[in-house]
Amino acid sequence: MRRLEPLVQYLGPATLIVAVAVAGSLTSHAREIEFRNALVNVAIVVAIYVFVGNAGVISFGHVSFVAVGAFLSGLLTIEAQSKQFVLPGLFGFLRETTIGDLPALALAALAGGLYAFLVGLPLMRLSGLPAGIATLAVLGITYNVLRNWEKIGPGPLTLSLVPETTTIWRAAAGALAVAATALLYQRSRAGRQLRATREDAGAAQASGIDVYRQRLVAFTLSGALAGFAGALLVHLLGSITTDQVYLSLTFLTLAMLVIGGVSSLWGAVVGALLVSGANSFLVDAENTVHVGFDLTLPDGTSLVILGALMAAVLILRPSGLTGGREFSLPRGRAKGR
Amino acid sequence: MSTLQALVDAVALGSIYALVAVGIGLVFGVLRLINFAYGELITAGAYTLWVLRSLPAVVAILACFAVVVSLSLLLERVAFRPLRKATPATMLIATFAVSYLLQSIYLLVFGSLGNSVSTLAGLQQAVDLGGLRIRWITIVSLACGSLLLIGTAILLGRTSIGLHMRAAATDFQTARVLGVRANRVIAFAFLVSGVLAAAVSVLFTVQNSLVTPDLGVPITIFALVGVVVGGLDRLWTATLGGFAIGFAYSLLGDKLSGEARVYLPSLVFGLVIVVLLLRPGGLFAGQPRSVERV
Repeated sequence: MRRLEPLVQYLGPATLIVAVAVAGSLTSHAREIEFRNALVNVAIVVAIYVFVGNAGVISFGHVSFVAVGAFLSGLLTIEAQSKQFVLPGLFGFLRETTIGDLPALALAALAGGLYAFLVGLPLMRLSGLPAGIATLAVLGITYNVLRNWEKIGPGPLTLSLVPETTTIWRAAAGALAVAATALLYQRSRAGRQLRATREDAGAAQASGIDVYRQRLVAFTLSGALAGFAGALLVHLLGSITTDQVYLSLTFLTLAMLVIGGVSSLWGAVVGALLVSGANSFLVDAENTVHVGFDLTLPDGTSLVILGALMAAVLILRPSGLTGGREFSLPRGRAKGR
Repeated sequence: MSTLQALVDAVALGSIYALVAVGIGLVFGVLRLINFAYGELITAGAYTLWVLRSLPAVVAILACFAVVVSLSLLLERVAFRPLRKATPATMLIATFAVSYLLQSIYLLVFGSLGNSVSTLAGLQQAVDLGGLRIRWITIVSLACGSLLLIGTAILLGRTSIGLHMRAAATDFQTARVLGVRANRVIAFAFLVSGVLAAAVSVLFTVQNSLVTPDLGVPITIFALVGVVVGGLDRLWTATLGGFAIGFAYSLLGDKLSGEARVYLPSLVFGLVIVVLLLRPGGLFAGQPRSVERV
């Protein structure tokens, strides 16, 4: 049984992801985008989990890496002819280069990882609240620069004409890949060392673990995954503004992670899917859904109900819906942590 | 615009942020809770002023204090009391959720376009003080800011409930053992921070009359950044931090030329990162502890 433990731990998240993809492929085209969106959310939340869950240090900065991945991949896949007209202010190579969508995904991951590494070099010396505030400052700077510097992006305008290549299957494959990476990392030597620092930084340090180094490794990996997830996001939406990758996405993804259970991959996946599902359902219900009877919510109430639901779950289940445990079969004794 | 005038404006904005910093710092002191929903209390006060815009200013302002203080106490009772034993991350995200919930309620009720508040608009007028043109609101902000800060200091330093609060902030468990009533002290902290939030809504809406559902978000973020930069462990360092961030923001905004001004937030956030790296315990705090327990 022990040997099968990693497989079992992957089984739960993977089954959920595949089930959502299958369900999405069976629904109408209009509704399919909600399923694709949920899967991209899984990728973003799991990317954040790789650092926040394993290190036990809060980060408000990961949406910066999502933003970098999204804008880089978006810009590089728009046809060069259109860019001459729409975004004449770009740097030459950004304006004239056009690459395929798969290389763009890889490049987004690379850029996210590199950015996270550079940011992490100084910031990973911090822990606790100062670390949270410093990463929030990184998010503020990323947003401010992206919004105003028209050589690297559309500035305050919308980046549009991005090829919509994130199909439901590609979204699922992306989420599966991110989840597999997260699991491989947390079961590796480096991942276990980092988890030890989460439980007791002093004791871990005394046993010879380099806290700074392990946090930096996780931050970089998690930044790369976030950049990749950002590229999935931009190719799902087809257009994006800087406001879409700022505070509200930061809050929503962190809420998904904490609602699921911050210290397990299973929690990250469950939280992302449940909150995305609830959100889609409530938005649909503003235009009437049929649940045995016709349910119609007044316009604008979906946000209020979602906010209340999230607050209620956090108050009633402070350790998250999964309690931060990994997926295990009913009678298995797989240890999550 | 002379340097002196820029300094006066910077001090005025700094004193508003100092009030926000005290509001956040008081609650953090007793509960170890960073209240991200604090800005939404300020927004609630601003909307109260808008709803009661046809009534006399005194009535509207009194109602504003009543609404904000009640909301602050309500949040403590409904949302934060059940979370006292939760992990810091959960508490933080829960206050995020409360902030999100309140913002979406404001959006639903008042719409996204924003409403203009003109209570006390007369304070926008300027007086001439020996060549300096100072708006009344600058003077009022300074006066209210100093009075409220002194009032809070007296409350904490000279009354028994203040003593209890300081004891609870130092060591909550020991304070309880010695007979400090936890619920009373915590509710009192939320009450005082509500009063400060209401004062900030009145002062803030005179300077920026447009009230939008997300009005409180940048205020909370900048004040919070200031509080952490100053040092959260003590109220006075947190207050100084809040003052410093408002002061720096106003002064840098005045010194930067038009082109560069759009990057002002980046500059301020960059400074924040530098300060945190050099003094993780806070700019005004003592020596950092040798072992940091996460």
